Amino acid sequence: MFIFILRRFVTSALVVLASTFVMYILTDIAIDPLDDLRTSTAPNKQQLIEGRIAQLRLDEPVVTRYVDWLAGASKCVIGQCDLGTAWRSGQSVTSMLGGAILTTIQLVTAATLLAILVGVAVGIVSALRQYSGFDYSVTFLSFLLYSLPVFWVAVLLKQYAAIGFNTFLADPHLGWPTMIGISLVSGLIWAGIAGGSRARRLRVLGVGTAATLAVLAYIDVTSWLSDPGLGIVAIAVLGAGIAFLATHLSTGLRNTRARNAALTTAAIGVALYYPLQYFYYYVGASWPIMFALLGLTLLVSVLVGWAWGGPDWKQSARTATITAVPVAALLFIDRVMSVWQVYSESNLIKGRPIATIGPKTPGMTGDFWIENLDSFTHLLLPTIALVLISFAGYTRYSRASMLEVMNQDYIRTARAKGLTERTVVMRHAFRNSLIPLASIVPVDIITLVGGAVITETIFNWFGMGRLFVVSLDGDEIDPIMAYLLIVGVLAVLANFVADLLYAVLDPRIRVNA
Amino acid sequence: MSIETTPTNLPSTERLENAIELKEVEGLSQGQIVRRRFLRHKGAIVGLISISFVALLAFTSIGVGPIPGWWKWDHAGLHPVANPGGAPTMHLPTWLGGTGFAIGDFPFGQDTIGRDIFARTMKGVQTSLIVMVIIGIIATVVGIAVGATAGFFRGRTDQTLMRFTDLIITFPVIVIGAVLGKLAGSGGAFWLAIALGLITWTGMARLVRGDFLSLREREFVDAARVAGASNVRIIRKHMLPNAMGVIIVNATLLMSAAVLLETALSYLGFGIKSPDVSLGTMISEYQSAFATRPWLFWWPGLFIIVIALSVNFIGDGLRDAFDPRQRRIPSARRMQRALDAERVAATEEPKP
Repeated sequence: MFIFILRRFVTSALVVLASTFVMYILTDIAIDPLDDLRTSTAPNKQQLIEGRIAQLRLDEPVVTRYVDWLAGASKCVIGQCDLGTAWRSGQSVTSMLGGAILTTIQLVTAATLLAILVGVAVGIVSALRQYSGFDYSVTFLSFLLYSLPVFWVAVLLKQYAAIGFNTFLADPHLGWPTMIGISLVSGLIWAGIAGGSRARRLRVLGVGTAATLAVLAYIDVTSWLSDPGLGIVAIAVLGAGIAFLATHLSTGLRNTRARNAALTTAAIGVALYYPLQYFYYYVGASWPIMFALLGLTLLVSVLVGWAWGGPDWKQSARTATITAVPVAALLFIDRVMSVWQVYSESNLIKGRPIATIGPKTPGMTGDFWIENLDSFTHLLLPTIALVLISFAGYTRYSRASMLEVMNQDYIRTARAKGLTERTVVMRHAFRNSLIPLASIVPVDIITLVGGAVITETIFNWFGMGRLFVVSLDGDEIDPIMAYLLIVGVLAVLANFVADLLYAVLDPRIRVNA
Repeated sequence: MSIETTPTNLPSTERLENAIELKEVEGLSQGQIVRRRFLRHKGAIVGLISISFVALLAFTSIGVGPIPGWWKWDHAGLHPVANPGGAPTMHLPTWLGGTGFAIGDFPFGQDTIGRDIFARTMKGVQTSLIVMVIIGIIATVVGIAVGATAGFFRGRTDQTLMRFTDLIITFPVIVIGAVLGKLAGSGGAFWLAIALGLITWTGMARLVRGDFLSLREREFVDAARVAGASNVRIIRKHMLPNAMGVIIVNATLLMSAAVLLETALSYLGFGIKSPDVSLGTMISEYQSAFATRPWLFWWPGLFIIVIALSVNFIGDGLRDAFDPRQRRIPSARRMQRALDAERVAATEEPKP
């Protein structure tokens, strides 16, 4: 194992080295730092050109410049990076990179998580309902999303999801025909997910349509969108729903201990609704506090599970934890929503909250909640664009791997020994179907740090991808090389992690390269 | 003897499905089976028809190179604006809620300086199709060559070739586009496609390598070697045909990705540059006019989607056709018929 890692490490380092060399030469061919001076009409043109040649050492061979760059870059190993300067602004590349990486991470984290969660869930359901209408629709949809050019979708999103929606918010009423249409579609989706006999599907269709219609009517009648908020009642209802769903998926509703643990966790969350408001008021709010609260939530949920426990307390603890996280998220969302009206009516927003460019409204100041709401409204469109594009891939992968697993002999064995369908699907099939994803997800996540070039360009986020494109346009080789170095290292690292993870998860694979 | 059989004697659905499938492919060659399966995949057939239609429309309407087409304008000519704002002259027939069907002089509309959007879109479609085919061919050929060599010879060759593949993976396509733009002036679709093909073969190479690693352990390869076949012959005649399914499917997926790649690069300004027309450059030129002249924006996007979606569906059809584990689920009526047939057979059997 150690030899494997060592050998892999050495070859990877060589690959990155070769890659930077080739890229340095290619980039040197691609850019022309004297471009703007050649067409300049300044009287001292010749002097300017000579000055720049001296500044960028363009008279020296490219290999010499590469070696110097490499000497600076290799100091990263001892923690003193010198990746050169972006000569147009005179900024050092290392200082630019910090901000760009943070922006990109901010942009892609939510999108990646959402795409993986939703994509895998839809793929699994689609596999379980193979050859049903739901399956065919999902297949068609994922093909369609797979064929969408992201830059085209982004422009449409800007027009309809931002400008159109903002205009709609001025008078947020849908009208009955639209609401009934939406409700019917949602009912059909639920019926497709539920599957089973015709009677069952019809029942689900009815209930789903009615429930959606009720929610939409409530939103419409109370003008909820102008001042959204969940309130303690909605959180209690949703919390109970989450508790039942979590129990149903993880242990089955027959397991009363797990069910009680989940319900207790949800109840604790609801009971903390008002105390939390005081807590935020007196203690304040910031991301460290939020993460501390999340940690506390997890701890409490495990304790609740343990207290209800019995012999198999881990099951209850797991169920309680699965319940606790979404309930905590609901509490957080509710608190963010409560500043919606203040935010939306502020001078900078003027009732048009969904933003189309940049990571935040310039000049926007406010407390923790306002600032977060501001970044959420800015994240919305790029996140939708990114999710739409990457969702399709995860659906296809998880569907294929779930189908593969469901045909295995050990599934037949599990059924034969009398396990419930829920246990077979969730314990035996679902977990194993995630193994192939382990070789895809790390690569996707890590390469996304390299930036979503097009999304960043359209929505004007100055992340890694944008930094790269702008530098390429501005003929600055140092930031380009820094970008290529980081992307190269990350790509190699991602492949390595994927291989390793796969070997850990699937004992049949031996690591001995 | 009663026709009702006890539940334990009921033929299982799975066995029936197998029987139906077997009956269908009886006495057919592998090629015939694949063709049949492909032809009954509705999505693939629709994809095949629509991409043929798009290709035919694009290449005949404005012609190719010096050969003129049947459409009256070309993609660069300036014309006086026919409708206010350059709105499309094409109208829906009355039964679809339009003002009576008409094509008019500028069916897709015109841009601000009076260029015909139909001709421009068709030119862009031509570019996309050409780029798609060239990237598909080059990436497939290079991918097969590298993957097959690595998978067949293993050991040091494999290590070297795979690390080389890793190296290529780290190259961002944008740089290649930019380098090309610098070297060849406005480059043109042809050179861009070749350059892109030369760096997008990595996925194909990995797949072929994986396939070859398992194929080379099979008996028929040993048999061929014992019979005195050379390495090249074994690869070409014995192993490649067996890997063809994976290769063809991956090639189609590669081609649909190539369409999106080319348009995205052109959109960012590192791919095809004016005076050449690409659907990507059209979208980037016209996106700011979306609110006032949406037709400038809709058509190029729609054609990108149609091309990519068709190719994806064809790929899906091919995958189903080549995958021996893929079974068609017989319709309920056919199942019933097969079930009845078995029952009749079961009742008639014990007679004599």
